[in-house]
Amino acid sequence: MKRPGPVLKLAAPMRVLAQRTAFLGLVGLAAGLMVLGKAEAPFIERGRMLVADAVVPLLDAAARPVHTANEFADNVRGLLAVHAENVRLREQNNMLMHWQQVARNLEAENRALRDTVRASTEASFTYVTARVVADAGGAFVRSVLIAAGARDGIAKGHTALSPDGLVGRVGEVGERSARVLLLTDLNSHVPVMIEGSRDRAIVDGDNSDLPRLVFLSSGARPQIGDRIVTSGHGGVFPPGLPVGVVVQNGEQGVRVKPYVDFHRLDYLRVVDYGTGGTLPMAAPPPQSRRGR
Amino acid sequence: MVVAALAQFDRLVKRALPAALSLLVVALSVVPVPIPEYAVLAPNFALMSVFYWTVHRPDLFPAWGVFLIGLFADALSGGLVGLNAFVLLLVQATIMAQHKVFRGKAFWLVWLAFVIVAFGAQLLAAVLGFAFRGGLPGWPIWLSQFALTIALYPALAALLGRMQRLFLGGS
Repeated sequence: MKRPGPVLKLAAPMRVLAQRTAFLGLVGLAAGLMVLGKAEAPFIERGRMLVADAVVPLLDAAARPVHTANEFADNVRGLLAVHAENVRLREQNNMLMHWQQVARNLEAENRALRDTVRASTEASFTYVTARVVADAGGAFVRSVLIAAGARDGIAKGHTALSPDGLVGRVGEVGERSARVLLLTDLNSHVPVMIEGSRDRAIVDGDNSDLPRLVFLSSGARPQIGDRIVTSGHGGVFPPGLPVGVVVQNGEQGVRVKPYVDFHRLDYLRVVDYGTGGTLPMAAPPPQSRRGR
Repeated sequence: MVVAALAQFDRLVKRALPAALSLLVVALSVVPVPIPEYAVLAPNFALMSVFYWTVHRPDLFPAWGVFLIGLFADALSGGLVGLNAFVLLLVQATIMAQHKVFRGKAFWLVWLAFVIVAFGAQLLAAVLGFAFRGGLPGWPIWLSQFALTIALYPALAALLGRMQRLFLGGS
């Protein structure tokens, strides 16, 4: 057998050395990125959204069959329970007819009062409806990725809603994707009030399903079953958006169960209330697929 | 000429297969499914894929591939960038150091090794997440995620094994 020459003899250890150096370099780079991420370096956020933008078409395509299967399962469930559902809807309809009458009376009264005091009408707002294409974050982050971004008119700080209530706010924006920080996330702090008493507080996410109600105004006594809505303070969210209901009030503090079922988010409505908020706003986006 | 070009393309595809399949697995794992708590308890597919390819085809899975997969998982999850890349690189180094132990062993032994590696990796991720982000996941969440990851490994390994035989040949 031919023995390896001196060059080959040298090449093998050199390759191992190069591989080890490259490995250590990559480990160091990963550690450096973590430190920069903690310092919230802007290029980290941009890089993350560039990746999201690149993957969104694939995620969107993969999410469609899941949405369709979901709808099909809902339809089958609906068919199986059609009689009970019919009875429930009749009762609900009777109740809602009553509320419709109340709402009409209040609307007329409100209009008359506004005319009397010459109050300005409330500002209009724009919205974009977007599909949820990624729901990841594991145990540390509560956020979802939606298939709409700056080109659709979404900007940082916009409010994300589902038909049930407040979902969260837009935290990062790419060209065609955006990340919505859910109100259960550790970094979510929503100024709210108790609907009946109008006592102010903050709904503070802690990555659990039941965010805490903290910084209650003095004298406030939240009861189980109290409805919690946004207060509009701080300027991030407009007032009156439904957030959740008080479900715990004990030694472990007051806990709120959000109206939104975060496990079944299909579409979100991202609304620009023009509040601007305390978050830096992106440049004005191009007009596309916007509703009013 | 054409044959040579095709052969080169074939080699390129084979070299890229483990990393490409891992990226696909990570991307598909974040598609929302209507299962309560799934997003929170979602098993760590990136870890499973990196473990599988490092054990079975380390020659086709360089450290930069693992680094990219980690960064990709971090970018999609919205979590701390670099965390998964860091943990997965250490996982790869651990397996490479013990590579002779895995070679030709029965599946259940490899699975047992995965249980130990997954435990260490998830513990490290929790500690790093706490150090950089604050807030530890509750132990039921941590344990459920770990249990799901090790429970689903045989299924993913079987799928990746089929892909390996189909595209790369051999075992």
